[in-house]
Amino acid sequence: MKLDVRMSGLGGQGMVTAANLLGMAAVSDGNYSIVIPFFGAEKRLAPTESYVRISPQKVYEKGEVGYPDAIMVFHPEVITKGKCYTMPFYEGLRPNGWLIINTESPLLSEKDARSIADLNVRIINVPASRIALDVAGTELATNMALLGGLVGATGIVTLEGLEKAIAQRFGGGKFTASATTAVLDDILKRKYAKTQELLEKNMAAIRKTYELVKEMCKPVNSK
Amino acid sequence: MPERRVVSPEYMLFDAPREKKYLIGNEAVAEAAKRANVDMAIVYPITPQSEATHIIGDMYAQGYIRDYYRGEDEFNVMSAVAGAAMGGVRVFTATSGPGTLRAFEMFPVWAGHRLPIVCAFMTRGVNSPLSIQPDNIEIGWLADTGMLIFHAEDPQDFFDMTLQAYIIAEQPEVHLPVGVCVDGFFVTHTREIVELTPEDEMLPPYDPSVSPVVAMDMETVPVRHMKDPFVMKSNYISYNTHASWQQEVRAAAERARKHIYKYMGGPIEVTHPDAEIMFMTSGTAAAQARVAMERMRAEGIDVGLVKIKVIRPFPEKEIAELAEVPGIIIVPEHNITGWLAREIRSRVNNNSKIYSGPRVFGGMTMPPEVIVKETKKLLQAGVAV
Repeated sequence: MKLDVRMSGLGGQGMVTAANLLGMAAVSDGNYSIVIPFFGAEKRLAPTESYVRISPQKVYEKGEVGYPDAIMVFHPEVITKGKCYTMPFYEGLRPNGWLIINTESPLLSEKDARSIADLNVRIINVPASRIALDVAGTELATNMALLGGLVGATGIVTLEGLEKAIAQRFGGGKFTASATTAVLDDILKRKYAKTQELLEKNMAAIRKTYELVKEMCKPVNSK
Repeated sequence: MPERRVVSPEYMLFDAPREKKYLIGNEAVAEAAKRANVDMAIVYPITPQSEATHIIGDMYAQGYIRDYYRGEDEFNVMSAVAGAAMGGVRVFTATSGPGTLRAFEMFPVWAGHRLPIVCAFMTRGVNSPLSIQPDNIEIGWLADTGMLIFHAEDPQDFFDMTLQAYIIAEQPEVHLPVGVCVDGFFVTHTREIVELTPEDEMLPPYDPSVSPVVAMDMETVPVRHMKDPFVMKSNYISYNTHASWQQEVRAAAERARKHIYKYMGGPIEVTHPDAEIMFMTSGTAAAQARVAMERMRAEGIDVGLVKIKVIRPFPEKEIAELAEVPGIIIVPEHNITGWLAREIRSRVNNNSKIYSGPRVFGGMTMPPEVIVKETKKLLQAGVAV
């Protein structure tokens, strides 16, 4: 399966980390993947995007994903306040794709909903930040919960692949992160007594949304 | 740091086992510098090159590089690496966009002094207005400094070309600096699978005794034109020496061609050489053009691709020959000037069939859709094929 993903959110929510984890999981599953962050406005709370391309064949295409199969919205204000690098946030979304939104309640305006209606897109609203807080004990795990949602909806990577990726990313191995990402890494690590706990709690957040979204997608799949 | 052993350049490039890693371009180039057995790195950080030079600093702390410091600015850094190379050691440095321009005086100095410095240029937009985004206009300017210029498509190329750069740069009959260029962000910050040679294998140390310009130290006086510059003597001999020395630098670049074939498999890579429509391009525009080519071929349109890996010495014979076949040649580029199209046009018979574009600059991405659309527009406009 080939999948191009665009992640939109506000700086600090972990779009780049989520993109890296997704790409690492795909590679660990034996697929090819290219990950690239949107660059320029990487500051806390500024609109930020990251992009992942996954394919069983070598991926050549670089740059922003203009025509995503799946869009993940990390923050409601991406939709409600237009805090998004791509306007409107669903621009280029391919037919039969997925729109996964971190929200407690539906957010799409009537106009947005009308524009998307023809695309036969599956709109998946999940309270990812609440799940992150309840299950992992920190909103910083919102990105993990949303990854669980994407995998629940698409099955693009295995949970085992994601687990390996998280262990690789946070398990003390070397990873070159930008300065602000490194600071957030430290904050995240301080929340947990041991790295093992970080891995387990984050995986628990992933599994929780994975199950939830898998269930939500069932009726659509069985049509 | 693991115990390391020296291997031959041929073994490292062609026979060494490769391990798949998932790396960004900045990590890939640092991994190459690690295996290149670099004596000294002097750097100044600038986006989008900063992560690479950060890792180079870590590698110094781990013992992979014998000496390292962060210079005051790019002009200082490029001057300092010249000093290190004149002293007979293997050096590495890197910069981007405005940093390249700030240091520009030193690039012809490196070439003129026959210093085999390898510099990674992670290209970016040049102000004003200020930009940190990808845009490779600086490669067109670097092309006439006397340096060899390579242009990598992806992190794998960046790793391989950096190693190849040291090997070719240090051939006694070449002995010139090499700029290994990539499109910033599209390579530096893009994570892909990169196949690396073993971490405990490195190139043989640099041998300054075979340099055509003697390395200087406390016992060896500097080369003639340093200790007694021709500028002091306005006479026929000094003018002529300056002229012939410049010719010798260009001749040295010509002599690099056979080594480019030996160590890089040639300056170009061709897919479907008999196609009616040919994309000729370099860097990440080649990656995008490859995707565009596959899509158009799936629609039954006969498109091929020439990826130009070496900008200096320019593969003029190869390009002129390949240009005979197609009815139209399209040159997508990540800059406003179209320097690559200019290079190609000036070497090809019947160059009216060369279309310069699409050109994307200022930091935007070049979707394959744009290349497909522009190509179809040309075909519809009745351009001869």
